[in-house]
Amino acid sequence: MSGTSRITRRDFIKVTTGAVGGAITAALGIPAVGYLIDPALQENKAGKPVSIGKIADIPVGTPTPFSFTVTKVNGWERTASSFGGFILRKSEDPKDIVILSSRCTHLSCRVNWSEEAQAFLCPCHDAKFSKTGEVLDGPPPEPLGHFEYEVAENGTITIIPVEMKSKEG
Amino acid sequence: MWQKTYAWLDERLGLGDLYKNLLDRPEPHGNWWNTLGSASLFLFIIQVVTGIFLTVYYTPSPDHAYDSIQYIMNEVAFGWLIRGIHHWAASLMVLVVFVHMLRVFYTASYKYPRELTWLVGIGLLLLTIGMGFTGYLLPWHQMAYWATTVGTQIAGSVPFAGEFILQALRGGPDLSALTLQRFFSAHIWMLPALLALLVGVHLYLIIKHGESHFPDKED
Repeated sequence: MSGTSRITRRDFIKVTTGAVGGAITAALGIPAVGYLIDPALQENKAGKPVSIGKIADIPVGTPTPFSFTVTKVNGWERTASSFGGFILRKSEDPKDIVILSSRCTHLSCRVNWSEEAQAFLCPCHDAKFSKTGEVLDGPPPEPLGHFEYEVAENGTITIIPVEMKSKEG
Repeated sequence: MWQKTYAWLDERLGLGDLYKNLLDRPEPHGNWWNTLGSASLFLFIIQVVTGIFLTVYYTPSPDHAYDSIQYIMNEVAFGWLIRGIHHWAASLMVLVVFVHMLRVFYTASYKYPRELTWLVGIGLLLLTIGMGFTGYLLPWHQMAYWATTVGTQIAGSVPFAGEFILQALRGGPDLSALTLQRFFSAHIWMLPALLALLVGVHLYLIIKHGESHFPDKED
């Protein structure tokens, strides 16, 4: 004898089974989806600023080499790549600097600063770049790349470790 | 609307008959020991699902197997949960399948007309143990490596054919990348395929013959 306002035993069982089943489905389904899409939710660490030194240590007018390492993590694999470049202070003004990549724009060899030639020389194919990166001689199609930078109040130089193309001239 | 859809589907799929024959079968008077077969099936399904999920990250190579599992355990969201369920349900499945066999033995349920159900069940027990043996190597840590070294050596102690069996299991005289790869293949393809096939036969036989009565004093 069940009145209209009272729930029958059969309906109670149905509702309870549905609710418990739904709870179990959610408890298993949410972790399952999270597990599958987890790598897509990880923060992309490429392009995080890297500190490369103090402005006070850099002499004015001479390109000064620096290098840094970026470690990429893909799952359980870590790949460390080293990058290098030159900091050039064009004047005493701490903001007046250029940060060049040392990667030759021809075939990616590393260029070196030569005091005698007053130019960047590439050991591979005798390319020659000016102090500010313009092509002076040799096969490179474009000037040396540069990095975007920021000089903090305390003189620390940080760069975005992504090489930017320099404009011609 | 729903009733019309259901009637349309039922007419073509025979859902009502399926339900009656699979789930609404007459059962002997209830006994918890009779649920062990269903428990084994449930654990098998759990293992299939969590196992498939584990293959998303697990890499069966000596260079990556251990690291990929560390990655699953420590980095992937809920990786610890998926692997934890697979790990514990594996042990539980061996236990439950074995106790299920004991129950069938003690209640003499293997007798006519269920001899084939029993024989297929023995195959299922052996395959379950085979799954345990092959799965144990996959983490590629010290315990896994040496357990498999010893396990394959025991198989190698068989008279005359021993050396051959050992080399066939290991894929050569030594435990190597070949061993890991073939254990992985057996663990995720060959043994589960056989297991699923035999589960199907086992279930068909159970539905065909119905479950045996619990023996009483008369028997």
